[in-house]
Amino acid sequence: MKNKFNLFVAVIFVSFCFVIFYKGLNNSNIYAPKINDKKSIPIFEAKDFNSSAYLNSKKIFEEDTFFIVNIWASWCVPCRTEHPLLMRLSKNQSVKLIGLNYRDDPNNAKKFINEFGNPYSQIIIDNDGALSIEFGAYGVPETFIIDKNKKIIRKFIGPINEEIVEEIKLIIK
Amino acid sequence: MKTLKIFIIIFLFISFPHLKADEKNDEMKSKILKNIRCLVCQGQSVYDSESDFASSIKLIVNRKVNEGLKEKRIYEFLREKYGDWIIYEPQLNKNTYALWLLPLLLFLLGGVIMRKKLKFKN
Repeated sequence: MKNKFNLFVAVIFVSFCFVIFYKGLNNSNIYAPKINDKKSIPIFEAKDFNSSAYLNSKKIFEEDTFFIVNIWASWCVPCRTEHPLLMRLSKNQSVKLIGLNYRDDPNNAKKFINEFGNPYSQIIIDNDGALSIEFGAYGVPETFIIDKNKKIIRKFIGPINEEIVEEIKLIIK
Repeated sequence: MKTLKIFIIIFLFISFPHLKADEKNDEMKSKILKNIRCLVCQGQSVYDSESDFASSIKLIVNRKVNEGLKEKRIYEFLREKYGDWIIYEPQLNKNTYALWLLPLLLFLLGGVIMRKKLKFKN
């Protein structure tokens, strides 16, 4: 009787483990953190790309409109692929693009903008990457959508594509 | 030659404790950095990594420690930005009760079983 009970417990235990591991097989092992919806934009002070004057976040996000914060760098290859899409987005009247120049050489960044065009209504400099950490970014390129309540409502890691542009257009409508 | 060797060894022994940062802040910084996962690397802490992400985090932690922020507050800041995953040591909250309490329960259960068995033998 006792042996049977032990066997029963063992079978239950093994099948329990089997189900857990079997389910785990299908899970993606790439970790993407849950993005807390409606995070406020960080409060910061940053150097302006053109004038080198210091601007605070309140001033940058002053207007009552949607903002797109795009982290970019001239050395970042995927940034080149998403640049035409940003140019297209910049023509949209209901959104303002803010560029965050990440760990870049100012001359290279200027060359990049001259060569590919400037989709940003304002570019701020993030020399040491501290500002992008404040935004909760992993690297370049990364794009954040900020709504009229100054909350980050969406975050895209990596270069944006046509699909994402359509999604952004839906959001800012 | 031998005396020179001994001298060098003694010198090293004396000088190494000085190389080790004796400031409390530095100790705290490295302790924090070792407990932060580098999210863009594979299996490395921020302390071990040289990636852009890690160096930015190092800078931020450095700044926050110098500002006098407590360890816990720094973890809170990072958790808010990047989620629980960024800290190696999981926090005790409703998602991690099982993780923290299950080993303790199993330990107690083991104790109970052992006691019963011993009693049975006696």
